[in-house]
Amino acid sequence: MSHSFWSLVFGRLDFDSLDFLKAFFHPDLNDVIVSGASWVVILGAVVTAALLTWFRLWGPLWSKWLISVDHKRIGVMYIVLALIMLARGVLEGVVMRAQQADGLHGGFVSADHFAQLFSTHGTIMIFFMAMPFLTGLINIVVPLQIGARDVSFPMLNSLSLGLTVSGAMLVMISLVIGDFSTGGWTAYPPYTEPDFQPGAGVDYWIWAVTLAGLGSTLTGINFVVTILKERAPGMTLLRMPIFTWNALCTSLLLVFAMPPLTVAGLMLAADRYLGFHFFTNTLGGNMMNYANLFWQFGHPEVYILILPAFGVYGEVIATFSGKRLYGYVTLVIATMAIGFLSFGVWLHHFFTMGQDADVNAVFGIATMLIGIPTGVKVYDWMATMFRGRIRFSVPMVYALAFMVLFVLGGLTGILLANPTVDFQVHNTLFLVAHFHNMLIPGTLFGMLAGYTYWFPKVFGFRLNDRWGYIAAFSWIIGYFLAFMPLYAVGLMGMTRRTVSYTNSAFEPWFLVAGAGAFFVTVALVTLCVQLYVSIRDRELTRDIGGDPWNARTLEWATPSPVPAYNFPVMPHIHALDAFAVAKEAGFGYQEPTSYSDIHLPGNTWAGVIAAVFGTALGFGLVWHMWWLAWLSLAVLAVSLIARALLGDRHPVKIPATEVRRQYRAWLEKVRAVTPVTRALEWDHRNCGVAATEYFEEAAE
Amino acid sequence: MEQSLLSSNPSVRSCFCLAGIVEAKSAGCGSISCVKSAKLRIMGSGPKRRTMRLQFSRRSLRLLLAGSVVLLTGCSDKNQSFLTPDGPVSALEHYHMWLITLITLIVVAPVVVGVPLLAWRYRYGNTRARYAPNWDFSTALEWPMWLVPVAIVAVLSVYLWIYTHELDPYRSIAADKPPLRVQVVGLDWKWLFIYPDYHIATVGEMAFPQDRPVSMELTTDTVMQSFMIPALGGQIYAMPGMVTRLNLEADRTGEFEGMNTQYNGDGFHAQHFQAVAITPQDFDSWVKTVQHNGAALNPTSYGILARSSTPAEVHNQFGDAAMPKDITFFNDVASRLFAGIVMRYHGDRAVSPAEEPGTVAYNAKLASK
Repeated sequence: MSHSFWSLVFGRLDFDSLDFLKAFFHPDLNDVIVSGASWVVILGAVVTAALLTWFRLWGPLWSKWLISVDHKRIGVMYIVLALIMLARGVLEGVVMRAQQADGLHGGFVSADHFAQLFSTHGTIMIFFMAMPFLTGLINIVVPLQIGARDVSFPMLNSLSLGLTVSGAMLVMISLVIGDFSTGGWTAYPPYTEPDFQPGAGVDYWIWAVTLAGLGSTLTGINFVVTILKERAPGMTLLRMPIFTWNALCTSLLLVFAMPPLTVAGLMLAADRYLGFHFFTNTLGGNMMNYANLFWQFGHPEVYILILPAFGVYGEVIATFSGKRLYGYVTLVIATMAIGFLSFGVWLHHFFTMGQDADVNAVFGIATMLIGIPTGVKVYDWMATMFRGRIRFSVPMVYALAFMVLFVLGGLTGILLANPTVDFQVHNTLFLVAHFHNMLIPGTLFGMLAGYTYWFPKVFGFRLNDRWGYIAAFSWIIGYFLAFMPLYAVGLMGMTRRTVSYTNSAFEPWFLVAGAGAFFVTVALVTLCVQLYVSIRDRELTRDIGGDPWNARTLEWATPSPVPAYNFPVMPHIHALDAFAVAKEAGFGYQEPTSYSDIHLPGNTWAGVIAAVFGTALGFGLVWHMWWLAWLSLAVLAVSLIARALLGDRHPVKIPATEVRRQYRAWLEKVRAVTPVTRALEWDHRNCGVAATEYFEEAAE
Repeated sequence: MEQSLLSSNPSVRSCFCLAGIVEAKSAGCGSISCVKSAKLRIMGSGPKRRTMRLQFSRRSLRLLLAGSVVLLTGCSDKNQSFLTPDGPVSALEHYHMWLITLITLIVVAPVVVGVPLLAWRYRYGNTRARYAPNWDFSTALEWPMWLVPVAIVAVLSVYLWIYTHELDPYRSIAADKPPLRVQVVGLDWKWLFIYPDYHIATVGEMAFPQDRPVSMELTTDTVMQSFMIPALGGQIYAMPGMVTRLNLEADRTGEFEGMNTQYNGDGFHAQHFQAVAITPQDFDSWVKTVQHNGAALNPTSYGILARSSTPAEVHNQFGDAAMPKDITFFNDVASRLFAGIVMRYHGDRAVSPAEEPGTVAYNAKLASK
């Protein structure tokens, strides 16, 4: 009686599921690591809560951030989430590198733990690091670049964040309670079917990815509409900054690519929870359908991850070369071509599934076609540097490293596009090296470049450059050492996801990769130090004028930090790179002739409710606590329907006089600032107003 | 299990469907070497079954890339990998890989070299370099930017089409002798190699004669796996209830590392085996050894074999002192064993987890016995 009562309350959750106690019962190194990780999560949460209480920050955190619909604050919260998850993902990667460095001798991590590590590492880095990071940047930058007050659906934006957070929460909870999936980030059935993996792990994966995937779909819809409908007067599509173009393409991909993942995840859930046979071995189930569905999401996803980074690089290279972006229209065409082609190549993820040579060849050629617009993009960035005045600031260092390293990944990508070569390197560390080659110099460097580039716009002071350089070079060296050796061992026949090996020829390569992991750890620590030093020394790097890089696009015409309403009056756009054109003409900081009242959407609890009850819903489903699942689902449904019926009950109105007062105060401060040349870009004298520089034409 | 083994139906072999792309593959179409090589062989010039392209590739690329190969493979003789191909399939794959690399370098190298040069030449402090802040387009530059990559991809596509067809794993390899048939069953964490013509089976070792094609049919009796012998040729998935094919050949005698590349649980890293190419005489005596010196593979022993275990554990269970370390020989193998394994997933009723190798229930049932 009492047993059945407790199982009603706790589902299948039991004492053995509590990871943080494991080290006390089985004190070996593996379980100490498992428990240590859960204690880090628990202590991290406790310390954060204690600090918030000590500094009395709960109130501001709630009213200014958690319930805010301001796209910039939502963007910042996405990036905070991304950085936290980056820390965990990197540390997991480091543990895996350390394990394989010692893999010839068996290492120190159990096979099951290693499998959880590669599964969470992949899931986190894709869904909870890269996706929130790029979504955060898009959130912060796109409305500013197109001259909008906010996104089209601010409440939906908050809801998307809440859903993403709930997915991330589930992955973090899996560190403390129960195990995660061992099926990799792709979770291929039949391995992930309940008969083979009856535990909670795969369910954690399903609900984390499904909740976050829903959030991403909604984000995609939000930004497609925002970019198409909210542009300032005069900003035609071909006057949009290149980052916004990439964001538009990314958003379209999100809309069309995320649903297959949600469908695949829910079908797998139907197999696991309801006894369906979509992907089982028997009764007509077929895992090949899962592979197709998953990669119909999975391949466009690659471009979801990379295109925002391409956008960042476009802005960064043009700005720090002191030039207009070369081949703007070409880049737009190339971006949209990549987006379109990305839906037609998914089969190259399983050339080895036994289909006809004709099918393989067609998909192989389609894959290589994507290399054309991508290559053109790289050439366009090089042409942007040509006859420029290049400053090697931190974002530019990332961009330069990206261009050199990324084309090497492009080369191995072309190799993998060929079924003949893929037969040999599929599922080996060569493949692992390839996608890290694309995603670290591509996505991660791009995100970090964007983080450094737009940081002063959001917070009103620049990041410390010295620590920025140390971080950038640590990432570059760490990436190079950690992943180039994996190409070699992959070609030598080392399979991916392998906890240990017997071939002694692999060992030297893994030792080098282990050294690379050390540099990556240094890079991660350096990023934290940089943030600390930057906040401490913020008075030395104040961005008063709002334009610390002499940049070209509209967001730099606003004060830093940007007021909630973004622009005092809606700007009228007359050209591409409107702000650069205005600065050249000497009209950079004009006061508008008249002001009007500004209406902003009110705060909403939607995001918080989605985060809390989304997590509870997932947790209830994972542990079969049906009451919790139903309750959470009911709260989510009722609150969303109520919000839809009631509408925005607390819209904010900012009177014209107040806007005028704030804007004039800012303009006065700007006029008091001495404009600086680019030679002083990293100097404390750079207060965010750029001096016009005239260079003598050198003799040919 | 016994019943399902009996209800086998070989017609399933050509039944293969891929979400949306339903296709049937028939065996034995075409040959891996082209007509030219057949002529060469008749004329007695050149090594057996190698195209001229291949001869060229192997000689020149061995020279060209000797350094990198030595570097990559180290001095360990044990490492039989893709970088030192020992069969016609892997040799052509290897050649194709370097061919693609060299061609693609035409578009990649300018970036690797050009980016640092541009960055240095046009650095902020260099006032001697020309500065053209408003220059943002050049039709003359646009043409090569698009057309060179297009041309490269066009050339690569031609090679891709040709070699993808030539190296189709389903394509049988032309030879004077009929191919050796091997049926491969993926089990958690080992491969079972069935030699239907000899009624024997092995775990941990796949022996075959050198210079004679091996024609494999693959399936699994658990989750999906992927079969690969890098030194001989590429990889193919093995999936329950379905049959895939792979054709390979070894040019020389030797031991080549083979493995599963698709993660399938705790023992995944141990799912390796030796592919052993030996002379035809040695192969005949090897077959006799296995026939006389193996454990009987009947439904009961298969049931035990199918539980999650590594090759070493299989050897401990079934092996004896006469069998090599971590290798197990079986004999008295029923000729319909493979077809039975495939067909058991095609019944009208579900295979209960306790009857499905690899599941928790299956392993628990065997552990309790």
